[in-house]
Amino acid sequence: MDWFIHAETVGHKFALMLVAILLFVGVMGAILFGIDKLKKVPTWAVVAAFLGPTLLFVVFGLVYPGLNTIKASLYDAKGNEFVGLDNYVTAFTQDQFQTVLRNTLLWVVLVPLVATLIGLVYAVLVDRTRFESMAKTLIFLPMAISLVGASIIWRFVYEFRPDQGNIQQIGLANQILVWLGLDPYQFLLNQPWNTLFLIAVMIWIQAGFAMTVLSAAIKAIPDDITEAARLDGLHGIGMFRFITVPSIRPALVVVLTTIAMGTLKVFDIVRTMTGGNFNTSVVAYEFYTQSFRAQNAGLGAALAVILFVLVIPIIVYNVRQLRLSEEIR
Amino acid sequence: MNGTRRRRSHLAAAAAVGSLALVLTACSGGDDEGGGGDATSDVDCTAFEQYGDLEGKTISVYTSIVEPESVQQTDSYIPFEECTGAEIEYEGSREFEAQLPVRLQAGNPPDIAYIPQPGFLASIVADYPDAVVAAPQAVIDNANEYYTEGWVNYGTVDGTLYATPLGANVKSFVWYSPAAFEENGYEIPTTWDDLLALTDQIKEDYPDSKPWCAGIESGDATGWPATDWLEDVMLRTAGADVYDQWVTHEIPFNDPQVLAALETVGGILKNPDYVNGGLGDVQSIATVAWNEAGNPIPDQMCFLHRAANFYQANWDPSLTVAEDGDVYAFYLPGQSADDKPLLGGGEFVTAFADRPEVQAFQAYLSSPEWANAKAEATGQGWLSANSGLDPDLLQSPIDQLSFELLTDDSYTFRFDGSDQMPGAVGADAFWKQMTAWIGEDQSDQETLDNIEAAWPAS
Repeated sequence: MDWFIHAETVGHKFALMLVAILLFVGVMGAILFGIDKLKKVPTWAVVAAFLGPTLLFVVFGLVYPGLNTIKASLYDAKGNEFVGLDNYVTAFTQDQFQTVLRNTLLWVVLVPLVATLIGLVYAVLVDRTRFESMAKTLIFLPMAISLVGASIIWRFVYEFRPDQGNIQQIGLANQILVWLGLDPYQFLLNQPWNTLFLIAVMIWIQAGFAMTVLSAAIKAIPDDITEAARLDGLHGIGMFRFITVPSIRPALVVVLTTIAMGTLKVFDIVRTMTGGNFNTSVVAYEFYTQSFRAQNAGLGAALAVILFVLVIPIIVYNVRQLRLSEEIR
Repeated sequence: MNGTRRRRSHLAAAAAVGSLALVLTACSGGDDEGGGGDATSDVDCTAFEQYGDLEGKTISVYTSIVEPESVQQTDSYIPFEECTGAEIEYEGSREFEAQLPVRLQAGNPPDIAYIPQPGFLASIVADYPDAVVAAPQAVIDNANEYYTEGWVNYGTVDGTLYATPLGANVKSFVWYSPAAFEENGYEIPTTWDDLLALTDQIKEDYPDSKPWCAGIESGDATGWPATDWLEDVMLRTAGADVYDQWVTHEIPFNDPQVLAALETVGGILKNPDYVNGGLGDVQSIATVAWNEAGNPIPDQMCFLHRAANFYQANWDPSLTVAEDGDVYAFYLPGQSADDKPLLGGGEFVTAFADRPEVQAFQAYLSSPEWANAKAEATGQGWLSANSGLDPDLLQSPIDQLSFELLTDDSYTFRFDGSDQMPGAVGADAFWKQMTAWIGEDQSDQETLDNIEAAWPAS
């Protein structure tokens, strides 16, 4: 029966295929016929059948590796010796990693706020205008581009050519500077602004998402509320401040937290645009570098745990807001 | 009621099963073409008789070599496949260095992997002693016969030969434009002082250009060309023995001799009078892609670009790479004309299985038959340190020159140092700190101190 495991010849392969098909027919047939025979299925069986696979995947795909990572973060580079909190001490005290944490903080504060703000203002401005669908499509388009694709596009935008001889700029941003009579600028090199130029890429992508969700929320504000407010003399900024924003608060929270979580995980942009050089690295990129490039599993795991801890408050806040809005309903 | 419903469900079940069976058959069809191996071609199979009949056997190969170079690799296996009947399952991955340890840890090793760094090989042997298989006798014989002792040593860990070299490259080259040199009467420098004198000469003759151009941007591997610079200069200012001590960490990374070498590199790369022709200021070296850094040479915006022999693939296709062509390279000179250190690199064939077909393929890859088959399958930009390689099969003058230097005893060969250091240094801190050294104008001492601090305590 060796051919059953290592099928070598054509005949054996066909025989094996036949056995596989028969087995499949048998099992599928049994299930399809058997399902009719069962009249009463106990509740626990239904619960197990629906929740069981999910639970299994969560336990083996999320909980187990998660616990393993926490354990690895307490061990040395090779995972052999217990070192206690040494990896965390390294992550919080060394200059290199402090910069990484500072950058991550900048990202997670700036991207959600600015992207949501742009999305919100844009949604209000184009609401019920003649060009609404066109304008929305334009700002939503970047969402369809992958993060790596967007990073490559922006790298070209930031591309630097020196002001030497008759060398022409090829990057849009530097060409504009040259047209304005300024010197070309190394956007990705000069600190600390280079991190902001990377953040701009993420905002460019996320603003479309914010705009779409918020625009739908604005449209869902009942007309009678806005009409009543208008009769009471609210216009422009007042309308925006006292009617629009409070009415779409749940949507705003969802947008802010979703973008914040996506931003904490940002990896592609940093890797593609600077490779983490010139002090632009973030936690999600650094933990990959430490684990797989520097072969320091312990420090990599510690950074992953730090990232995990940073996400928790956002999730807690999100869930609490959801509960609150459900209670109101 | 009940009867009709049941009949319908019977029919549905039968139909579902039937169509699924059809789909399955469709999927498994056409699986058995290829890999036949009826030796009908014009390949001379006498050299392959030693490997025996390997009909129906499969050897999996995992490498960092991806398209388009992977095609040249698989083409070079055809004689082996046709003569022995074995089949090579080739898998190239850009994430090779990250994925190989993962596969070993998961108990799913490839039969053979091409490891591009001796340091990585050593750490694989140390971390997975049960997975990696020492080279069989036939491979040891080939290695001793066709490779210099230096190359054999780079595949040896703790006295055991694990891996034999596959391809090779030579990094101690300076690219230049023969036409520009002839026009100005510049001579190819034969000592380091000559090189600096030439640099000053160019600076005077061409005030609007710069003598040198350089670029070290390479995605997430940014910085590696700068490490090559430091290694090349280390070999010249400190000598091969100190270089070896530095690479194995017998002397600290921030030893005064390394500092002296870095200062010498800085004398060129961080000198605003010397760089960065047509590409910007000193800092621009950090953001210029390594494979575009030589582009200003044909326009005479810069005249010298230190890069490996494989840089030839990056020239515009309209330029001819030859001593009398548009661009060519000269050997980066040593302190004196007799001092000839040579920096280079290569990949190493490492086995993780001891099945006869795997050992046969290992032996094939270390033989001159393979080296010649690979040279024939490759247009240009490839060579091997295998002394059985026929230089006439190499199709580019720079490849021939590289092979000549590699097999010339008067040159002292040393393998790329960053490739021999532990991953935390050789593939992380060394790159990053050299990038910061140029891009952020970090001081020489601080750069070396930071790399020393990153060296893993063992």
